[in-house]
Amino acid sequence: MPLETPPRAGSIRELPEITVASDTRDYLAHAAKQALKYDDYELIVDIDAHLQEGGFWGEIIGLLENDVLKQTAEEMMRGRGGMPLINMQPGMSFQSLAGRVPHQSGPTEPTDDPAKAGHRFVQIVRRTIDTMGLDYQIIFPTSMLHLGMNPMEDIEIYLARAYCKWLAEVIIPQDKRIIGLAYLPFNTPSECEKLVKQYGDNPGIVGFTICAVRHKPVHANQYMRLYSMIQETGKPLVFHAGPHWDDPSFSQLNRFISMHALSFVHYNLIHMTNWIINAMPERFPKLKTVWVESGLAWIPFLMQRLDHEVMMRQSEAPGLKRLPSEYMKEMFFSSQPMERNNLELLQATMKSFNAETQLLYSSDWPHWDFDPPSSVTTLPFLSDQAKRNILGLNAARVFNLPVKRLRPRAAEVLARMNERHT
Amino acid sequence: MPDVIVGKAADFADPGRKVVDISGTEIGVFRLGDEFYAYHNICPHLDGPACQGKILPLATEAVCEDKSSTGRIYSKTQTNIICPWHGFEFDIRTGRHPTDGNVRLRPVPVSVRDGDVYVNVPVRN
Ligand code: FES
Repeated sequence: MPLETPPRAGSIRELPEITVASDTRDYLAHAAKQALKYDDYELIVDIDAHLQEGGFWGEIIGLLENDVLKQTAEEMMRGRGGMPLINMQPGMSFQSLAGRVPHQSGPTEPTDDPAKAGHRFVQIVRRTIDTMGLDYQIIFPTSMLHLGMNPMEDIEIYLARAYCKWLAEVIIPQDKRIIGLAYLPFNTPSECEKLVKQYGDNPGIVGFTICAVRHKPVHANQYMRLYSMIQETGKPLVFHAGPHWDDPSFSQLNRFISMHALSFVHYNLIHMTNWIINAMPERFPKLKTVWVESGLAWIPFLMQRLDHEVMMRQSEAPGLKRLPSEYMKEMFFSSQPMERNNLELLQATMKSFNAETQLLYSSDWPHWDFDPPSSVTTLPFLSDQAKRNILGLNAARVFNLPVKRLRPRAAEVLARMNERHT
Repeated sequence: MPDVIVGKAADFADPGRKVVDISGTEIGVFRLGDEFYAYHNICPHLDGPACQGKILPLATEAVCEDKSSTGRIYSKTQTNIICPWHGFEFDIRTGRHPTDGNVRLRPVPVSVRDGDVYVNVPVRN
């Protein structure tokens, strides 16, 4: 029914198009409303979010402890910018779906004076974690996920060191809600060991990550001392999957979607298979392993496949004292990208690996397939306790975090957001 | 709630849109040619701000008579609104996802009278 007197223009607020330059708080405004629903949860931990390091590459390059590589990179940056040394693969620029998902290409939003408000990246992370209602966020790199495929091994070593230094000395000290993992230059085991020694006691570095896009068998003898050292720290070893279009099998795939759907699962399938068949869980029973960003559907697939074959070919996996699935049920998995289209299958999947105690919420923000915490809270088949565990309490166990609220109240965040627009 | 004016029809680009927050209810109003369409700014996927995304034509596969493909081309007839959170696309005319039509934006009644565009804002619970 038409109004006799239409409302005044002032009572209607126009919402702008979301673009690559949008403020994170506007981008995630709906997540802030969702956060009201889990505001009373003890702890919310996002175990996988990403630095888009392209925007800060000059700073990381500046920390390189190798003068040849540093001069090379600086020279390349002077010439054409970009991310020298990273060995970026063709095709990765398709991530943003031709601009349909703009946050993938950011951030380009304005931030405040770093002298007053902190490092630009810290400011952006604060906007994200407040808006999504997170107590902690664990930061991973983005482009460096492929560094394991760089044929120049020294580049992986020196970039790993520079990245860890930047994260541990520049970023993490500015906000205790931002935590990270040391990048292990896995192509060179002795260098990984040095980083474990260096960061084993660092409270802001809560684990060690193997960026899984690489052709290195994780069961090779050269890594045994490394795993012992990590086990000793009590911190987890985290396998982070990634995309890779240059792998010979994947070069048959003609669309980014196809490569992305398969390759993120592929590398964790391979590393997990080597890990299990070579009985690493028997050799390192106290080493916590976390498998990140392959979704969930692969877990029951691999459990069934390996259980089936191990029963017939025990002589090829003689180190196992139990079925592969039994070991996998003791490992930890990140939740994103959660396959939610068929809830019956998802429920069975979660049951297969005891998600209530083994699943860790992850957003993958700001990547195009990110999951807000509501991806967990809205699942109809999970108990309230399961949701609390998955959203934070499980992560507290794995990453040795105190169960103590650090995030502001959701209503406070919403009030601040409204103020920005008045 | 009764009808609310969201703007002058002539001020909308073609294709164009205006997303408004009316006392906490967010609505996207779209113009395609002489027609107007309106939807709640809530994506059926994970509640993202679907109406605030990019507007692009539907991408189609150009399959020839012999079943070979010459690649992808944009539709000349269908225009989509794309949720900026993860890229779900919705036909602006129907609000439906091109692959799974059961996934759709929630429509809001919209009308044009005397050059003004009105939406009928549902009463909030
Ligand atoms: S919330 Fe809209 S595409 Fe995911």
